[in-house]
Amino acid sequence: MSTQKKPEITARRRFFTDTAHHAGLGLLGGLLWAGYADKARSSVLTLRPPAALPEADFLRTCIKCGLCAEACRNRDSNIDKETGKPRPETLKMAKADTDGVTVGTPYFVARDVPCYMCDDIPCVPACPTGALDEASVTNGEGELDFRKMDMGLAVVDTNSCIAFWGLQCDLCYRACPLMDEAIKLHYTRNSRTGKHAFLEPIVDMNVCTGCGLCEKACPTEKAAIFVLPREVALGRPGAHYVKGWDKKDQQRVGERKMENITTHDKRSEKKAADYLNDGVSYE
Amino acid sequence: MSNMKYLILRRITQIGLLVLYFGAHAYGWKMLSGTISSSSVLGTIPLSDPFAVLQMLAAGASLGLDVIVGAIIITLFYGIIGGRAFCSWVCPVNMVTDAAAWVRRKMLIDKIERKVWVTRNARYYMIAIALVVSAVAGFAAFEIVSPITIFNRGVIFGFGAGAGLLVAIFLLDLFVLKNAWCGHLCPLGGVHSLLGKYALLSVKHNSDNCTLCMKCKDVCPEVQVLNMIGKRSERVVQPECTNCGRCIDVCDDDALGFDILALGNKK
Repeated sequence: MSTQKKPEITARRRFFTDTAHHAGLGLLGGLLWAGYADKARSSVLTLRPPAALPEADFLRTCIKCGLCAEACRNRDSNIDKETGKPRPETLKMAKADTDGVTVGTPYFVARDVPCYMCDDIPCVPACPTGALDEASVTNGEGELDFRKMDMGLAVVDTNSCIAFWGLQCDLCYRACPLMDEAIKLHYTRNSRTGKHAFLEPIVDMNVCTGCGLCEKACPTEKAAIFVLPREVALGRPGAHYVKGWDKKDQQRVGERKMENITTHDKRSEKKAADYLNDGVSYE
Repeated sequence: MSNMKYLILRRITQIGLLVLYFGAHAYGWKMLSGTISSSSVLGTIPLSDPFAVLQMLAAGASLGLDVIVGAIIITLFYGIIGGRAFCSWVCPVNMVTDAAAWVRRKMLIDKIERKVWVTRNARYYMIAIALVVSAVAGFAAFEIVSPITIFNRGVIFGFGAGAGLLVAIFLLDLFVLKNAWCGHLCPLGGVHSLLGKYALLSVKHNSDNCTLCMKCKDVCPEVQVLNMIGKRSERVVQPECTNCGRCIDVCDDDALGFDILALGNKK
């Protein structure tokens, strides 16, 4: 049997234990919280209101007040001409169980309710924090301009678009608020029948705002034209590809004269047959 | 009903604000639109949650003028009438936790259960953690878990699964720890405690009238602030007092009442 006394709990011991206790619990809480926060980020496919900052900035700047959604629902311009009643609001606030959208942030699902591209863009000035950036939809005259909205880009799945089959459908073309600008119809000969034309919808990425009215109008079971955030929809060729025939793109790299361009580097000191065979032994 | 005066007034305020928020979205009323995070009064005066703004700044956001002005207005307002008056007069979660506390008293859980001890300073640690996680995650961390805004938005835009969080808070307060959420953990309550440090409105005790019935301590959600009961006639100085007025309601001896501190009169 040990004759040792119980360890005395000194003020010093209590201080160290308490400090470790609090720091440890704080760290535990912080780790759980940070882990959840990481999972709570929105999916890259989320469509945000017009003039939203890039997603990372939007998420840190949006206070989740819902003033944009409120302005969207109660906008004066929102009367359906056929029924005389207000249309449902485009902007929704994500709930805890909304798939892939950070809770409390505004988003829209174009297939359900697209953005009707109001002249006065009421949702944007309503934002108190600048998460919806008014400057980005203001034109040179200082007016709000719906043409400058950029929520995403419409993309056509030419495989399921029935216009590409040769059926006569131009619903997306007619639904587009920028008709014949954002979506143009491309006529080509239908060689299967020999006497009809394909009326293929082609989206101009420089004009399309991503409002989603085309996606809403599309008659196929799952829309063959749909809006994706530009980050998702577009590729990026990289700075080293230069359109030599495009004056602006050429200026990007400056006027470099052919005789000043050299391809000489360290490898050029040897003949190709030599350096390619370096390190290879023949026996 | 005289012993329910402040309780009824608080419920009218809490529910009234929710009705105004709901009406702003559903019917386009202009009185008070937005949510508790950030609102607009009559479409002109901004009001914003200072804690949300603090987290957003910690996350590295550059914020618009409206939301900053709104946070300053709220800070000054609660700085005068008592920081945690927000908690008992405005915050909708207060109704959930008050309900849990009421059931606890009826079921005598306080008398029977094993004691779980959590420091009431946990809320201040929560503030620090929320700011650190905000900085790491790059967005306001408490705002994605806050039952306060989830309740508030739920009333306006529909609850969804967020209702589960409110049930969880109710069960936590009922079966784990008395006043667990509002009295121990909620960092927004912590922020409002700090805001109300120098508030002009607070509860004052008159120990000459006190009969030591302890009804006030039974109902108080921050019972440590009533440490003077029956001993000293003084104001409640601890900023965790929510100015809910429940102690005043239940006191049959006129030993408690609201008191406005005139500037310069520090007694």
